[in-house]
Amino acid sequence: MRRLVRDAGHLIRPALILLAGVAVFLVVRSAIVPKAFGQYGHYRPGALGLVRQRPIAYAGQDTCVLCHDDEAKARAAGKHAHVACEACHGALAQHADDPAAHVPQLPDVANLCRRCHEKDAAKPPAFPQVATAEHSGGVACNQCHQPHNPHL
Amino acid sequence: MDISRRDLFKVGGKLLVLASVGATLEQITGAEPASDAYKMADHWWGMVIDIDTCIGCGNCVRACSTENSVPHGYFRTWVERYQIEEGRQPRVDSPDGAMEGFPISTREGLKSFFVPKLCNQCAASPCVQVCPVGATFVSPDGVVLVDDSYCLGCRYCVQACPYGCRYLHPQKQTVDKCTLCYHRITRGLTTACCENCPTGARLLVDFKNPKDPVHEILRNNKVEVLKPYMATQAKVYYKNLDGAVR
Repeated sequence: MRRLVRDAGHLIRPALILLAGVAVFLVVRSAIVPKAFGQYGHYRPGALGLVRQRPIAYAGQDTCVLCHDDEAKARAAGKHAHVACEACHGALAQHADDPAAHVPQLPDVANLCRRCHEKDAAKPPAFPQVATAEHSGGVACNQCHQPHNPHL
Repeated sequence: MDISRRDLFKVGGKLLVLASVGATLEQITGAEPASDAYKMADHWWGMVIDIDTCIGCGNCVRACSTENSVPHGYFRTWVERYQIEEGRQPRVDSPDGAMEGFPISTREGLKSFFVPKLCNQCAASPCVQVCPVGATFVSPDGVVLVDDSYCLGCRYCVQACPYGCRYLHPQKQTVDKCTLCYHRITRGLTTACCENCPTGARLLVDFKNPKDPVHEILRNNKVEVLKPYMATQAKVYYKNLDGAVR
C-alpha cells in the first residue's frame, strides 16, 4: 500500500504538468484570438473593416456631373451617354476631393479612341469600329469628332 | 548592478514573450466593421457579364489595377480573347491581361469573342475551404475576401481556385484577389471595372435587392457560370457564354 502511494507520484506529476499545459494554452488562446472571431464564420470580423477602409481612386459618375454639368449634357445627347467620365479621363477621386490641387490631364486621344473603336473580328459586329489607318490616315480623332458627343 | 547570467535569461525570456504577445495582439485585433448605414445582411453581391457586349478595350483591367494598386504583371481581373476554328482547339490570348487592349485579329472567318474574367465570388468557395488559418472567407454579403493580417502566404487557396483568380502579392507576401471593390460597394458606389466599362458589359448586381435588374436579366436570358461542374456556386453570371470557354 505504501509503495502504491509512493508510485502514484509518477502519474500525478505528469497529470499536473499536462493540466498546467492545457491551462496555459487556454489562457494564451483567449488572449490572442480576437473576441469577435467566429461571429460570422471561421474568420476575424475585423478584417471586413480593414478591407472597407481602403481609399477609392475613381470618384464615380455621379460625383463628376455635380460640377461638370455642360459636359454631362453634351454626353447625354450622344452615343457616349453610357460611358462614364473616368473611363476616358482616368481615376479622379483626388480631383473630386480637391479640384485645385489635382488638375487632371487630358486623355491621350491617339490611344484612347483606338482601344475601343479599332476594327477587330472579335468585337461585336454592331459596335462602331474602323480601321484607323485607312479611316483617318493618322489625323487625331478629335479633329473631326467631338469626344463627348461623337457625331461629325 | 550585479545580475547573474541565469537572471538575465529569466528576465529576457519574460520580456520576449510579453513583446511577442503584444505585437500579435496589436496586429490582429484591428478595426471592427464600422456601424453605419450599410447593412451586410441586406446584400448578396455578384456580377453579370454580357459576352456579346464586351469589346476587349481593357478599361476594366486598367481601372482595377489603379483602384486596387495591383502590382505590375498581376491581375485581379483580365480579359481573354477566344478564336475558335471548327474542329480545332480554341486559341486563347490575353496579352498583359488586356491592360492595353488586344492587337488586331488578322484572321477572319473564325468565331471570336472576348471573355472578361474575375473572382467568381463563389458561395461554396474551394479557396475558403482550404485556408488553414481562417484568413479567407465569404463575407455575410457574399464577397470572398482575404484577411491580410491572418494570411500566412501558404498559397493553398491559389491552387484551390478553379478559375486562377488568386496570386501571392510580391511585396505583402500575402494572397491577393478581387474584392469586388468591397471598399466601394459598401459606400454605395459600383466596382471600378463596372464604373469604367464603356459598353456596360459588366454589371454589379445585388441578388437580395428585389429591384435589382439582375432578376430581369436572369429571367430573360440564357446565362451560365464558369465551370458549373465544380459546384462552387459562383455568382458571376455570363450572358451568352460559349461552351468552349474554360
